[in-house]
Amino acid sequence: MKAKVYVTLKPSVLDPQGKAIQHSVELLGFEQIADIRQGKYFEIALDADLSENIARQTAERIAKDVLANPVIEDYRVEIDR
Amino acid sequence: MNNFAITPEVIATHNLTFEEYEKILKILGREPNLTELGVFSVMWSEHCSYKSSRVHLGRLPTTGKRVIVPPGENAGVVDIGDDWCVAFKVESHNHPSFIEPFQGAATGVGGILRDVFTMGARPIAAMNSLRFGHLTEDKHANRNKSILKGCVEGIAHYGNCFGVPTIGGEVVFDEAYNLNPLVNAFALGIVRKDQIFFGKASGIGNPVLYVGAKTGRDGIHGATMASAEFDEEALEKRPTVQVGDPFLEKLLLEACLEAMRSGAIAGIQDMGAAGLTSSSVEMAARAGTGLEINLTLVPQRETGMTAYEMLLSESQERMLIVAHRGREREIVEIFNKWDLDAVVVGKVVEGNRLKIFHNGNLEADLPVDKLTDEAPRYERRKAKGERRKLKTKNRKPKTEDQNEALKMLLASPNICSKRWVYRQYDTMVRTNTAILPGADAAVVRIKETRRAVAMCLDGNARFVAVNPKIGAKLNVAESARNVVCVGAKPIAITNCLNFASPERPEVMYSFSEVIDGIKEACEAFQTPVVSGNVSFYNETDGRGILPTPVIGMVGLIEDTHKIITHGFKSEGDIIALLGITNDDLSVSEYAQTILEFSTDELIETGEVPEINLDLEKKIQDACLNLADECLLKSAHDCSDGGLAVAIAESCFSSLNRKATGAEIELKNERLSTESLLFSESPSRIVISFKAEDLERVSAIALENNCPFEVIGKVGGEDLKIKLNEAEIVSASTAELENAWKNSLENQLGVEN
Amino acid sequence: MKFGVVVFPGSNCDHDAYHVVSKHVGQPVDFIWHKQTDLSGYDALIVPGGFSYGDYLRAGALARFSPVMKAIKDFAAAGKFVFGVCNGFQILCESGLLPGALMRNSGLHFVCQHINIRVENEKTPFTSELDAGEVLSIPIAHAEGNYVCDDLTLAELEDNNRIIFRYCDENGEPSNEANPNGSRSNIAGICNAEGNVLGMMPHPERACEELLGSNDGRDIFRSLTKAVERMEGK
Repeated sequence: MKAKVYVTLKPSVLDPQGKAIQHSVELLGFEQIADIRQGKYFEIALDADLSENIARQTAERIAKDVLANPVIEDYRVEIDR
Repeated sequence: MNNFAITPEVIATHNLTFEEYEKILKILGREPNLTELGVFSVMWSEHCSYKSSRVHLGRLPTTGKRVIVPPGENAGVVDIGDDWCVAFKVESHNHPSFIEPFQGAATGVGGILRDVFTMGARPIAAMNSLRFGHLTEDKHANRNKSILKGCVEGIAHYGNCFGVPTIGGEVVFDEAYNLNPLVNAFALGIVRKDQIFFGKASGIGNPVLYVGAKTGRDGIHGATMASAEFDEEALEKRPTVQVGDPFLEKLLLEACLEAMRSGAIAGIQDMGAAGLTSSSVEMAARAGTGLEINLTLVPQRETGMTAYEMLLSESQERMLIVAHRGREREIVEIFNKWDLDAVVVGKVVEGNRLKIFHNGNLEADLPVDKLTDEAPRYERRKAKGERRKLKTKNRKPKTEDQNEALKMLLASPNICSKRWVYRQYDTMVRTNTAILPGADAAVVRIKETRRAVAMCLDGNARFVAVNPKIGAKLNVAESARNVVCVGAKPIAITNCLNFASPERPEVMYSFSEVIDGIKEACEAFQTPVVSGNVSFYNETDGRGILPTPVIGMVGLIEDTHKIITHGFKSEGDIIALLGITNDDLSVSEYAQTILEFSTDELIETGEVPEINLDLEKKIQDACLNLADECLLKSAHDCSDGGLAVAIAESCFSSLNRKATGAEIELKNERLSTESLLFSESPSRIVISFKAEDLERVSAIALENNCPFEVIGKVGGEDLKIKLNEAEIVSASTAELENAWKNSLENQLGVEN
Repeated sequence: MKFGVVVFPGSNCDHDAYHVVSKHVGQPVDFIWHKQTDLSGYDALIVPGGFSYGDYLRAGALARFSPVMKAIKDFAAAGKFVFGVCNGFQILCESGLLPGALMRNSGLHFVCQHINIRVENEKTPFTSELDAGEVLSIPIAHAEGNYVCDDLTLAELEDNNRIIFRYCDENGEPSNEANPNGSRSNIAGICNAEGNVLGMMPHPERACEELLGSNDGRDIFRSLTKAVERMEGK
């Protein structure tokens, strides 16, 4: 059982790294780029015998308490069987 | 694995020659297995064995009354008085930095810091000497930019997190370093004389501990990689680049120093290139003992690793410790407090065998002394390279307006401010930095004493390329002058010798000449060589770098109140030149920037300046005398870009000091205007002092037989230079400073 | 009076803070290992700069799980003084002792240089020896010093004079050019509602000696010492 956690900056927070990446991408000639925002990705290996529900709750708590800073960041959890 | 056939291909992929393999057969009296072959290949690599350079390195002076630990240990140690010593060394990380600039440079910093704290010294300063191809007007410009950015970020990442101030060094651009960047990292630490540790596996029966990070498959065969030329395929070797963890290294530092204080450690050695293999072999060789190591006990990050992989892994942030018998528990507890692994993996035994066990099998059984003492030593053929002796074409300068020329020089890649680089380094952590980067030399005070230590890293490869022996002397002289300019007496050097393939006779010739030049200069300045490193095979697709020795000079200031900086201080102060200007323009920044000579053309047509070591010494002595008498308001080495550039740099603003102007009046019938302004004659220092002190200053110069000439005074907002009454330069200091300050950002195409 | 300098794995300005308190302020001081949970006997804590836990995840994010943090919260709640510098400021924000967060510098790079900050509120335990509007030259050294907070928090900070230092030019003007990292409203340092917890990105402990280029930081430590004396006097 694997939990995937995506941590991203809140839409209202300026992301200087994302802006720099976007700038480089545009320099390379990619057009029609409206915005690039940088985030973090985590893979959490969980015990195989957990129920999906418990796994999700666990991952949500880890994301909320440790992985994301609620002042500036949002998170999203996916569970893979 | 042990039944793996040793074919000629296998031998070749281990970078061993047929003759070297024959020698292995003779030593063992049997065929090696693959693991043993791997051990031989790294121990006998150029990187570990110095097989091409050893016969020459012996000529360097390595003794002196301050030398406590000469070359041969992890770092050299020098006495600075009151029972305190400094340990320092410079080491190259050129090849890894080309393949992956960020991690390559970062792990270079990590390695040199470990070398220093392995001696028991807490690192208090780092510097680095960086060489890249040009950032503009070159087909490799974009690549060079990304290598520069990556290296600088890597150095910042590692040094800043570790908590050592990166306080100086040099950044040099030349087309010769396209595809062969040089990254030489220096570190200096402080240690009490009675607290120095050595990499010796002494005491039969003493346990051997593995401490620090876990072992993975990182950098397997990095040492052999650093011993071979590059081609485009080398980039495919990317997976062998190690990844550094400065946080872990910081913990390792604190744990090691704490364990050392406990008295439980008999010997300690960093696992650098060739990891567990070289650390165990070298520790045993120094002590004349044998070692038994059980790899099964080694903390591992990956599963299913073979003995071969574990022995050759270059995972970072690891150490081998020999504990006093019965005290291993104490060491384990200290490391566990810092959340680090510390595991007994073997013991010191009688004899000379290194025995490696894995999963109950004896995987390698090798004679330690043969791996080190009997490593191949080559007296490689050397032959003076033919200079093509191009006729010096009379070139029209890019500008005949000396204001313009001065501004162009100040903005040229090798003279312009490197603020963009060092602003990314934490230059002040540990609160000792008395002179920040950008000066002739950096200075850190030693909190435990009234003293301060000055240091600089310098190379001048173009001079060395034209005449390796004189070039090397010029190089040592300049580095000594640089520490003198901040008020420090030069006491010892470390060197990093970066060269192309030693298999080419002209490279070996220049290497040998460089050794002789360093020897002569170090004897003249009484600055023994206490540590160093040789990096060969700096070439890509058959094109080698210029012969590039880099000298790390360390100097001592007895009283922090006597530190000198290079900026002019007050209106009305007198400016004078110690030394004499000659016609030395043919290999200079002026020739490159204003006459637009390529490096190759400079080398083929130019002549190096003459260097008189006696005169150099007199000038340095005079400057130190003046500093000691507290007569100097400023002192600045006059080298790259010549007198005009040196004076302009002294006019520029610095922390707590606004920019100022200067009025210079030169009298000279002997030299051209260009030579007078931009000639790179050695043995010159621009000083300033209070007008009322003129008599004392000139008397001290006279006592030292030092040429002394008053050339002007500080004041105004412009830099004005007159030659025989005629104005040749008149420019606003602010304008000059802007050209100098923003140039690197402009070349990089980033915002200021 | 006793100071404590909290040491996390990866702290690297701990010795500098210790040096300043013992040598320049002349007060007794101990290192406090991050696993320590008893802070009785201490009057003021310095949470020093560095890279606690390598600054992995986010600067200061992992340090807040250290055992000492619970004790520091109680310590602060008891009205004692907590002073976070650089990484210490980041840790105090991450742990909720101070509002807002510190993000990557707008220029993306680590920046180390002397900068100017203006004293915005001299009526705090950390600034009583300074004048309002006074400009201090103090170094910064960080890659994540870009202070962000929402509008509500900013209004609250402003309305209650909780912005203690702002980045400014040499004339005391908090201009865009003088903002080294993109911090909202040029914020360089803030305090909590009670005024006994201060966090700031610049390093006053690096500005306590002429030899190092500035001694403007000393008055911050002297203010803190006086505040402790006043509290002891009560």
